[in-house]
Amino acid sequence: MSTSVKKVYGYLAEFETPSQLWKACEKCRDAGFKKWDAFSSFPVHGLDKAMGCKKSILSYIVFFGGLMGFITGTSLAYITQVEIYPTIVQAKPANIFTIPAFFPIMFELTILFSGFTTLFALLALMGLPRLNHPLFASKQFKRATDDGLFIAIEARDPKFSPEGTKAFLAEIGGTSIELVEDDEK
Amino acid sequence: MATATENKTAKKERKGPKIPVLKREELILNDRSYNWVTERICGIVEKPQPWLWWLLFIPSAIVAACGVGFGLVYLVSTGVGVWGNTNRVMWGWPIVNFVFWIGIGHAGTLISAILFLTRQNWRTSINRAAEAMTIFAVCCAGIFPMFHVGRVWMVWFLAPIPNSNAIWQNFKSPLLWDVFAVSTYFSVSLIFWYLGMVPDLATLRDRAKGWLSKLLYGIFALGWRGSNRHWQHYEVAYLLLAAISTPLVLSVHSIVSFDFATSVVPGWHTTIFPPYFVAGAVFGGFAMVLTIMIPARALYGLQDMITMKHIDNMTKIILTTGTIVGYAYLMELFVAYFSGAKYEAMAFKYRLFGPEAVGYWTMMACNVISPQLFWWRACRENLWVVMGVCMAVNVGMWFERFVIIVTTLPRMWLPGDWKTYDPSPVDVFTFVGTIGMFLTLFSLFLRFLPCINIAEVKWTLPQSDPHFDDKEEIDDDGIVEISTYQKEIDNGAIKA
Repeated sequence: MSTSVKKVYGYLAEFETPSQLWKACEKCRDAGFKKWDAFSSFPVHGLDKAMGCKKSILSYIVFFGGLMGFITGTSLAYITQVEIYPTIVQAKPANIFTIPAFFPIMFELTILFSGFTTLFALLALMGLPRLNHPLFASKQFKRATDDGLFIAIEARDPKFSPEGTKAFLAEIGGTSIELVEDDEK
Repeated sequence: MATATENKTAKKERKGPKIPVLKREELILNDRSYNWVTERICGIVEKPQPWLWWLLFIPSAIVAACGVGFGLVYLVSTGVGVWGNTNRVMWGWPIVNFVFWIGIGHAGTLISAILFLTRQNWRTSINRAAEAMTIFAVCCAGIFPMFHVGRVWMVWFLAPIPNSNAIWQNFKSPLLWDVFAVSTYFSVSLIFWYLGMVPDLATLRDRAKGWLSKLLYGIFALGWRGSNRHWQHYEVAYLLLAAISTPLVLSVHSIVSFDFATSVVPGWHTTIFPPYFVAGAVFGGFAMVLTIMIPARALYGLQDMITMKHIDNMTKIILTTGTIVGYAYLMELFVAYFSGAKYEAMAFKYRLFGPEAVGYWTMMACNVISPQLFWWRACRENLWVVMGVCMAVNVGMWFERFVIIVTTLPRMWLPGDWKTYDPSPVDVFTFVGTIGMFLTLFSLFLRFLPCINIAEVKWTLPQSDPHFDDKEEIDDDGIVEISTYQKEIDNGAIKA
């Protein structure tokens, strides 16, 4: 179907070294692009700052996840052992002073809930699992998980222009600049 | 250092500060490229396995099937009495094995979490395999308490669900704490292991040739594409998981030790148990990491990534924790003597000189004396010695739990209760079966998953530093000059 019109995802450009990627990211950020991303097979130290990303909010979410676990553990042990069915074993009391005996339960559930919150909140923040992506159509992009370092500027970005963005990517040191199409409608 | 800096300044007459640094020992040898790391680690999964792999896998799988499979089928169809546990020694081998395997797991979490928080970058080459070892060891450990409850189909009674009389579990019991601790430990370790593996699964996905591997790696890689907006959250998640796993790993073996320490049994009722158990767990776990990593390193040619420095560091940890464990053994004896409690003294006299004394002295020789060899560099550098000591420690750590349980329970307060304990063949079968199961799972892990953390190893390469291109060579005096830093000083952005 050569006549069909395809949507453009954006431009993809390759960079040689992490230093070049880092500097290019700073330039992208300063040029005012918003819908763009850098790709590397390992986390490049400090690149989030160079890209102008805000600090991840994950830790706040996990704090509340942990808090939920703490409350669950405390109530689970306290309500069942002291409130609804006071259980006296090993001559240990069944009142407010029993709480130290529940510390391990409270602690473990705090950790358990924090762990699962980390997993699910991370996936939500990243928008994964998402098995399809327009960039996967690019042949060279396969190297993003090996040794390739890329920057992609999306067509959705208000500053995007077919010629200008290509020239901009070349100017900041990008090579093998490629127009990536979006198969989705 | 100061003189070196001054000399340098005089020689080259540069402005601004010179930053004296000691040259770091390289973590990855021979200046390897990113692609080399990918090829070498993915190659293990993609190429046909060497015959030694089959030599490990087939016997292990047979032992696992016979030991765990047959042993447990026989146990379930006959009754838990086929284990050698008696009325006095109700814990016997199953709990010895449980504590042994749980302890093995601890090194994995220590490497992945505590060494991460303390910025020990050498962990990147070994953390994946060590975490896998944690998961498999906890799987092996879980079998024993599960079947030890007697009726395994009633094992859900362990979960916090009220019974038909609306009575809940006793949340004041260390055994229930254990259920919470071990299940949390397994879940969090699994999350940590899997999340750490997602970028590497994406690497395998992008290289996969067959449709099945494309599909499976594709699904488990979750569509990871190395986006730095993802890495940003991912790194925080990794840090958080490390931060919660650190107290978790310390709590798990502390709680396991509470099973013993909170009971009023001479020889068990001691406050030294939690730290002593945790040190022992790390000690035994590191020995197991080395036991499986040294052969894997040779088999797959990973010497550039798992270097002698890694092995040296691990042997030093074994030496340290082994010495802590030795201190705990001696302190137990001292307290038994110094407290003047005659039951305590009797318990230890029985351990040292009773019919099970062989276990005690094996433990002492393997855990306290053998790691002392690691004081000598020559021993740390000889892999045969390292393997030998690690094997001794593996044996010794099993005997430690044997000594704690089996030499204590047969002789408690009442002489009329005293018995001797003998394991049954089913005990032996199941335990040997779990060793087979562990090795089977580990060899499958080597076959199907990236056994070294590709992304993190790339991150430790010097060229992955975003300032690498701006760095000048480190000269003979060990002085590095960073020109960007210099530029910023010249601009007045930073004050010199």
